[in-house]
Amino acid sequence: MLSVDSLRVTYGGAVEAVRGVTMEVPDGKVVAVLGSNGAGKSTLLRTISGTLRLHRGRVDEGAVHFDGEALTGRDPGQIVRRGVVQVPEGRRIFGRLTVEENLRAGGMGNRDRAAKAAAHARVHDLFPVLAERSGQRAGLLSGGEQQMLAIGRALMASPKLLLLDEPSLGLAPRVIGQIGEVVAEINRQGTSVLLVEQNATMALGVADLAYVLDVGKVSLSGLAEELARTDEVQRLYLGHGDAAATGPVGRHSRRTLSRWTA
Amino acid sequence: MTQFLSLLLNGLSLGAIYALIALGFVIIFKASEVVSFTHGSLLLLGAYSIARLSEPLGFLLAVLAGLAITALAALLVERFIINRLRGAPVISLAIVTIGVDIILLTELIRRIGPDILNVPHPWGGESVRIGGIGITQNRLIAMIVAGVLIALFFVAFKYSSWGVAMRASAEDGETAALMGIRQGRVSALAWVVAGVLAGVAALFLVGSPTPGVSSAVYATALRAFPAAILGGLDSTGGALVGGLLIGLAESLAAGYQEQLLFLGRGFGEVVPYVVMIAVLLVRPSGLFGTKELTRV
Repeated sequence: MLSVDSLRVTYGGAVEAVRGVTMEVPDGKVVAVLGSNGAGKSTLLRTISGTLRLHRGRVDEGAVHFDGEALTGRDPGQIVRRGVVQVPEGRRIFGRLTVEENLRAGGMGNRDRAAKAAAHARVHDLFPVLAERSGQRAGLLSGGEQQMLAIGRALMASPKLLLLDEPSLGLAPRVIGQIGEVVAEINRQGTSVLLVEQNATMALGVADLAYVLDVGKVSLSGLAEELARTDEVQRLYLGHGDAAATGPVGRHSRRTLSRWTA
Repeated sequence: MTQFLSLLLNGLSLGAIYALIALGFVIIFKASEVVSFTHGSLLLLGAYSIARLSEPLGFLLAVLAGLAITALAALLVERFIINRLRGAPVISLAIVTIGVDIILLTELIRRIGPDILNVPHPWGGESVRIGGIGITQNRLIAMIVAGVLIALFFVAFKYSSWGVAMRASAEDGETAALMGIRQGRVSALAWVVAGVLAGVAALFLVGSPTPGVSSAVYATALRAFPAAILGGLDSTGGALVGGLLIGLAESLAAGYQEQLLFLGRGFGEVVPYVVMIAVLLVRPSGLFGTKELTRV
């Protein structure tokens, strides 16, 4: 289980990106984190995966634990070996490597040969297209296929917890639906998932639990299906409801959120 | 015609040696994002070690020790300097490597002094004739050894885990780290490989027709820089082609010196740089270099 306790993260000692976030990803669950740009979603993931330092960020307070062990202060390689693997935002596949080489790169943190072979079979099973294109340069895949490759590459490390950073970004609605199904399937096979998304429809559709981040704080949290029914989420993330008619709702709504209009 | 073929063969063998050095230069750049100017003095260190150790240890052991010393020196530079400055601007890192180079070079020149140290290559200084074309045995062996090493390198780069890890980190370091690839290790290994390649190049560069180890070897080693640049700094294939091109150009310019007299004597020494500039004017990122090295 992943637990984040009153986490506070700053960049360059000044910009506060995450301001006291507490959340949990229970074993075997899919947890969604919603929030607009600048809400602190990516910072949260960087902290968990250990890449915060590459962005000159620092944990000022709080901690991240996975299965009782502190992840904060460890390097990304150690975190991968503990079973927490991230699919980065914007896919970031290795475009000049072949599809197969991308998968090999994903398995580098996986010492166990048998586990690696099983992971490889699982990836080809989940994404038959990656088996068909194995010798092709990854940069030539379509956007949806690249996202599948990015997920497959992360699965090569046999993660216990998969972190997904906006997998729907820049993809067609039909493909987003497929990604949602894949996430659900990966979870059914026993991997916990932390899904960071702006696309609330897909995220709340597959998640068990959800958190809404707003300027570095958790503004709403609860069961995904309940959250999907709240007016605030409807208005801000699902695009339903009348903005004028809704009053302040939600458990933490000290600040009235308003839809951004140009 | 015979003269031309002879110059061609000698140019190729010299180029193969340059290619070894340039390959090291390129993989260091790919793995650590550093333009390593320490390469010239590392090579001289290798040559010096082989020459000094061949008396007490015998030739073969001296070569192995020389390669180990060069690789170790490269590793130390990476561990104690480059690795600690990770994230520093590329320019600062390049200047730091120039600093290391000058320190190492100064010490080596002090030790070598005005002498020319002899390396007792068992194949001596004799030449062989292949269909009327003369080449020294040293250069012929160099060409074969370099060819084998370069082929091995390319196979490892393409198929080994190290090669995949290396190419993945070169393309996107942060994502490679997210996959659990240890960049420190990839980078350290790249420096060691580059050190060994430089050591092998040193072994042959100081053999016939070169008289032996003197500080002039350093200037020869420097010609691998234009080889790497004109091939494209981030392309291993480019390093090979660049090395061969520079070797050929140098050999031809020296061989046809009489016809090129209007350019002045010793044109062969500067021709690598002339070729480099000419190539870069047409293709600014080198023959096989990636157009933009920025990451998207």
